[in-house]
Amino acid sequence: MTSTPADPHAGAAPAWRRVLAQTDFEARAILRNGEQLLVTIVVPVFALIGLTKVTALDVDTGGLSRIDFFTPGILALAVMTASFTSQAIASSFDRRNGVLRLLSTTPLGRGGLLAGKVVGVLVVEVVQVVVIGAVAALLGWRPDPAGIALAVVAVLLGTAAFTSLALLVAGTLRAEAVLAVANLALLVLAVAGGVVVPASRLPGAMEHLALLLPSGALGEAMRDAFQHGTLPAWSVVVLLGWTAALGWGASRLFRWH
Amino acid sequence: MPASHAVDDAVEISGLVKAYDGRRVVDGLDLRAARGRVTAVLGPNGAGKTTTVECCEGLRSPDGGTVRVLGLDPLTQAHDLRPRVGVMLQDGGLPTGVRALDMLEHVARMYARPREVDELVERLGLGSFARTTVRRLSGGQRQRLALAAAVVGRPELVFLDEPSAGMDPQSRRAVWDLVRELRDEGVAVVLTTHLMDEAEDLADHVAVVDRGRVIAEGSVRDLVADAEDRTLRLEVAGELDVDGLARALGPELQVRAAGAGSCTVVGTVGPTTVAAVTAWLAEHDTLAIRLTVGRRTLEDVFLDLTGRELR
Repeated sequence: MTSTPADPHAGAAPAWRRVLAQTDFEARAILRNGEQLLVTIVVPVFALIGLTKVTALDVDTGGLSRIDFFTPGILALAVMTASFTSQAIASSFDRRNGVLRLLSTTPLGRGGLLAGKVVGVLVVEVVQVVVIGAVAALLGWRPDPAGIALAVVAVLLGTAAFTSLALLVAGTLRAEAVLAVANLALLVLAVAGGVVVPASRLPGAMEHLALLLPSGALGEAMRDAFQHGTLPAWSVVVLLGWTAALGWGASRLFRWH
Repeated sequence: MPASHAVDDAVEISGLVKAYDGRRVVDGLDLRAARGRVTAVLGPNGAGKTTTVECCEGLRSPDGGTVRVLGLDPLTQAHDLRPRVGVMLQDGGLPTGVRALDMLEHVARMYARPREVDELVERLGLGSFARTTVRRLSGGQRQRLALAAAVVGRPELVFLDEPSAGMDPQSRRAVWDLVRELRDEGVAVVLTTHLMDEAEDLADHVAVVDRGRVIAEGSVRDLVADAEDRTLRLEVAGELDVDGLARALGPELQVRAAGAGSCTVVGTVGPTTVAAVTAWLAEHDTLAIRLTVGRRTLEDVFLDLTGRELR
């Protein structure tokens, strides 16, 4: 018997359109999910308002207004919630439900899936910066204009490091474990990792440790950018180092099943 | 006739080996699937069916043997294969927080000229739950959505891993109709199943897989047609002395208990066999409430090949 030729298949959409579709899908999934919205937007906004307005909490702001002192760290925290906590949880459940495998068999492929996730995180971060920046501006935040471009660089470096960490965790642990680990790690890094509170205010050896963590490096970079219009070289080195190590680990250890 | 020659084969697997933690789940498996035909990979749970199709989908890398899909290597030439191959995973692969229609439209966006989403929604009856999140769908609804996602890209080849698991009879009919239509359009369909009726009704070619190998293959007719292809089924009111009947019929015929008060007789069942059975029943004052003679079903063949014990 001779075979009837199949209809010409549908062909792949152009790569940019596939990645754009995945970006849209990822960003919507996060911004529509109540818990994800809570951790990425609501918690940082309330932390900002709380730290600024609750004056019973006595902090030495080194001559800065409280809002100028805390906003950069809150933005760093927000970047961590979007690129690490939220991404780790979403990817681990998608991995468990076979979503990553299914999408990797479509023309999107594994590369497109990763690109869509990273750009999706950046979209969520834009929303975070707009919301948190607007609230901060209403509370009197006046960032150093020279630092804005440098802060964007810091956000991109931080996103690279924390998305790599998210994928490493999501690709190696069970979804339930990721849920616990991702929230716990966020809390520990936020409090003791030099994000909201500058590393120099942490006790003893914690100061040095915090500066070696991606959280501390991102926090310092955001503060230097917005408060002094500079980008600390040390932070750049630390974030690039973590990205290389975590990215390598994720690419080696990620399990699709 | 099964077209089993190179040009027509959408899938060619030879000597496939895949082990997990040193245990060979697929152990020297050979399989071909032709274009324009439905090939069923039939086997008990744990036989290696899913692993085999996952090796074809580029989701797993074989430990040995070769796999060619549409003439290409599913790992190194995945980029060229993805637009041409549709996949329905056993666990669905659907994100739980997304609405059904949004998921289907999302997959459709990956293709340049996908099928009409509305038409698929109509065909597979997805309309009633299009706006429901995947989390709230029933098993059968999820399966239909996953099938729609597998075919929305007009594939030349589709892999369906247990496509009608958890479906009600109406859904199954809709799914089977779509599968037949794809086949008639020249699409190669490879499905795994442990449902006999699915393989029997749908497949042009059946490969029975057990312990990681193909232990029998052919059309359903080939598989059931055998010199000893007749089965006598007997059901009586009350108890049935299966061993006694077996002794009376002699060693040529196998008698197997099939639940309380019933048995099957397999072998060269002929007119004298029926006479011998009824004579034995009269002798033991036992009334037959059902006595049928028929071909072996695929299920008989399957159980003969893969054994009857539970695993």
